[in-house]
Amino acid sequence: MHDFTYHAAGSVADAAAKAAAGEDAVLMAGGMTLLPTLKQRLAQPSDVVDLGGVAELRGIRVEGGAVTVGAMTVHDAVENSSEVAAAIPALAALAGHIGDPQVRNRGTIGGSIANNDPAADYPAALVGLGATVCTDRREIAADDFFTGMFETALEEGEIVTSVRFPAPQAAAYMKFPNPASRYAIVGVFVARTAGGVRVAVTGAAGCVYRETAMEAALEGNFSAAALDGMTASADDLNEDIHASAEYRAHLVGVMARRAVAACG
Amino acid sequence: MPTVNMNVNGEAVSGEVEARTLLVQFLREQLRLTGTHVGCDTSQCGACVVHVNGVSAKSCTMLAVQCEGADVTTIEGLADGDTLHPMQEAFRDNHGLQCGFCTPGMIMSALDLANRNSAPSEQQVRDWLEGNICRCTGYHNIVKSIMAGARAMAAGQGG
Repeated sequence: MHDFTYHAAGSVADAAAKAAAGEDAVLMAGGMTLLPTLKQRLAQPSDVVDLGGVAELRGIRVEGGAVTVGAMTVHDAVENSSEVAAAIPALAALAGHIGDPQVRNRGTIGGSIANNDPAADYPAALVGLGATVCTDRREIAADDFFTGMFETALEEGEIVTSVRFPAPQAAAYMKFPNPASRYAIVGVFVARTAGGVRVAVTGAAGCVYRETAMEAALEGNFSAAALDGMTASADDLNEDIHASAEYRAHLVGVMARRAVAACG
Repeated sequence: MPTVNMNVNGEAVSGEVEARTLLVQFLREQLRLTGTHVGCDTSQCGACVVHVNGVSAKSCTMLAVQCEGADVTTIEGLADGDTLHPMQEAFRDNHGLQCGFCTPGMIMSALDLANRNSAPSEQQVRDWLEGNICRCTGYHNIVKSIMAGARAMAAGQGG
């Protein structure tokens, strides 16, 4: 790892100021992706601004039918929150299957979505539930937040402060995990919401996306049978040593049917 | 160079480190606490697991400076003099190690589980060990050890 100047931020405003002052500063949330990236010398920031001590970014709040998760809330806290389990059990379950226990003890929702790994789990929950990303500058709809592989709508120096999830009528997430990393080879989040059915897919393509044909099919008949024979198009899907694009396309259909069935 | 202060196994320590110094490097190379191992150095194997503020963390994937003011517990902090911690004793009783390289991380990870769940099922133990790799045992005796260790801790046998 190349050396850098370390800053412990005391507040969101302090973090923003310290990040802006650095020549090429990065923000660090849980560091579960950033530190391995730095160790491999895939990045060489001048400054690392650690959000770990920013208390205002931690915590879970449930009010008015919505769950708000602070950006620095670790996956373990979401997994074990009785409030999350009561309001959106699919979200608690998703958090409980990210990585391993040590990743869940340190990894955060804000770090996960700002990184936008194409195989991360949280982006599927945000898009599947129609969540809102709150930053120190504005609010961004999840549909507009994830813009491409490791790309988001965040501007230079903009800090995610929380994510607000409206509670759905029913929701479930089904993941076909890479057996070593637990990243999603394909993960599908299905939700029946006041605004309609949403089907969000992670792991399959360069960025989380919605399967609109499946959403339309489920709108009229919310049952696994409504998706019989449906797969994703293999065009533009990821292909690697773990799975071909065609296999991922097939898995999208399988995981979507399992998720609908799990909605009950 | 930054100075970092933390409590390690109940003792206040401080040291000068580079910002990029990993927690595991600080523990092993400066404090000479070499019970915490580096297996893969890529966050996967779990040989480096310690507790930071009471929960398990991979010390190869944390900076020493992130532990400013933190309570850190390593494998060296478990035994009470010559009396092994019940989880350590359980690994001995159940032949939960062969070469022993992964064992410190296995035990520190197991303790985090036992602190949350005093009677974990075999499946819960196996799921919990997602982040700990053993290349000798096939895991079977590690799982037995952890279930026995958790029971012993709950029964208050010296823990």
